[in-house]
Amino acid sequence: MKIEILHELNAERAARRPVIMVTDTESGEQRLVKAKDFGKDPLRAELDKQLRMGKSASVEAGGKKLFLNVYAPTAKLVIVGAVHISQALAPLARSLGYDVTVVDPRTAFASPERFPDVPLVAEWPDTALPPLNVDAYTAFVAVTHDPKIDDPALLHAFERNCFYIGALGSRKTHAKRGDRLRAQGAKDSDIARIHAPIGLAIGAVSPSEIAVSIMAEITAVLRLPAKEKEEAA
Amino acid sequence: MLDRDEDILKAAEDWQKAGRGVALATVVETWGSAPRPAGSSLVINDEGTFLGSVSGGCVEGAVVTEAMDVIQSGKPRMLEFGVADETAWNVGLSCGGTIRVFVEKVG
Repeated sequence: MKIEILHELNAERAARRPVIMVTDTESGEQRLVKAKDFGKDPLRAELDKQLRMGKSASVEAGGKKLFLNVYAPTAKLVIVGAVHISQALAPLARSLGYDVTVVDPRTAFASPERFPDVPLVAEWPDTALPPLNVDAYTAFVAVTHDPKIDDPALLHAFERNCFYIGALGSRKTHAKRGDRLRAQGAKDSDIARIHAPIGLAIGAVSPSEIAVSIMAEITAVLRLPAKEKEEAA
Repeated sequence: MLDRDEDILKAAEDWQKAGRGVALATVVETWGSAPRPAGSSLVINDEGTFLGSVSGGCVEGAVVTEAMDVIQSGKPRMLEFGVADETAWNVGLSCGGTIRVFVEKVG
């Protein structure tokens, strides 16, 4: 590996941008492909698939044996609302490999007794969210039921292009939320990105079951190709 | 999408910039119950110091020896380890899997 390529790889990883290193394992030739350049790459189908699965693999293309080494950032989950569902959601998401942070300005909710071992930020979203570096490898859920907290949080999630955005509430609640967010400058395409009611429809009743439905939906968005994703939703 | 090899690749860059000979060994294929998945890697410098793993301990010693040659020659090399290997008694994988490891020089 050329030192310039290694340097670039480390810089991309530090910036939490996904890349795939393509190595011809016979000649040793290498190139680093950034996710934003996958579309114009001759290997785009293979690159897309491997990144989506987060798995490195050997493939054969054009008579060459190639190794595709995937460097994907650790996915984050930001939970706005230290509510009962979040107490089940945080440990479940951690077991799935996510870096989890819980945000809630209400200190009675955001207490270490209720959330042992989970990073908690007991601040309003405007203060709490910018330091978390919410990005395209972040799943973002707003579950407080309180527009004063959920709305600014969702506006932040739109701006940062989170791969998944979900919000608690019935269809009726969600329609009102859409009106409020639009009044604060959100586009229709932003509102359309919110998964609401949140989670896959599996008939979840308890907080733990709702947590399962939310993580199932996030997993589908992360792993499925675009077409199958629509069918699952 | 677990973040992995965080310090390994940084160490590879730092060692090379400090003037050391450095090689990178990466699992590129696995069959059966291999201990570590494709993409797992090990970085080795010319003092024999290494970080990371390609098998959880079974074949690291052999990989380090080969890596020394690769640092010298600059030519990449493909290694294969498995129970069917002739050297199985020395450096085979006790789990019964087979792995292929690509070893390349950094720099």
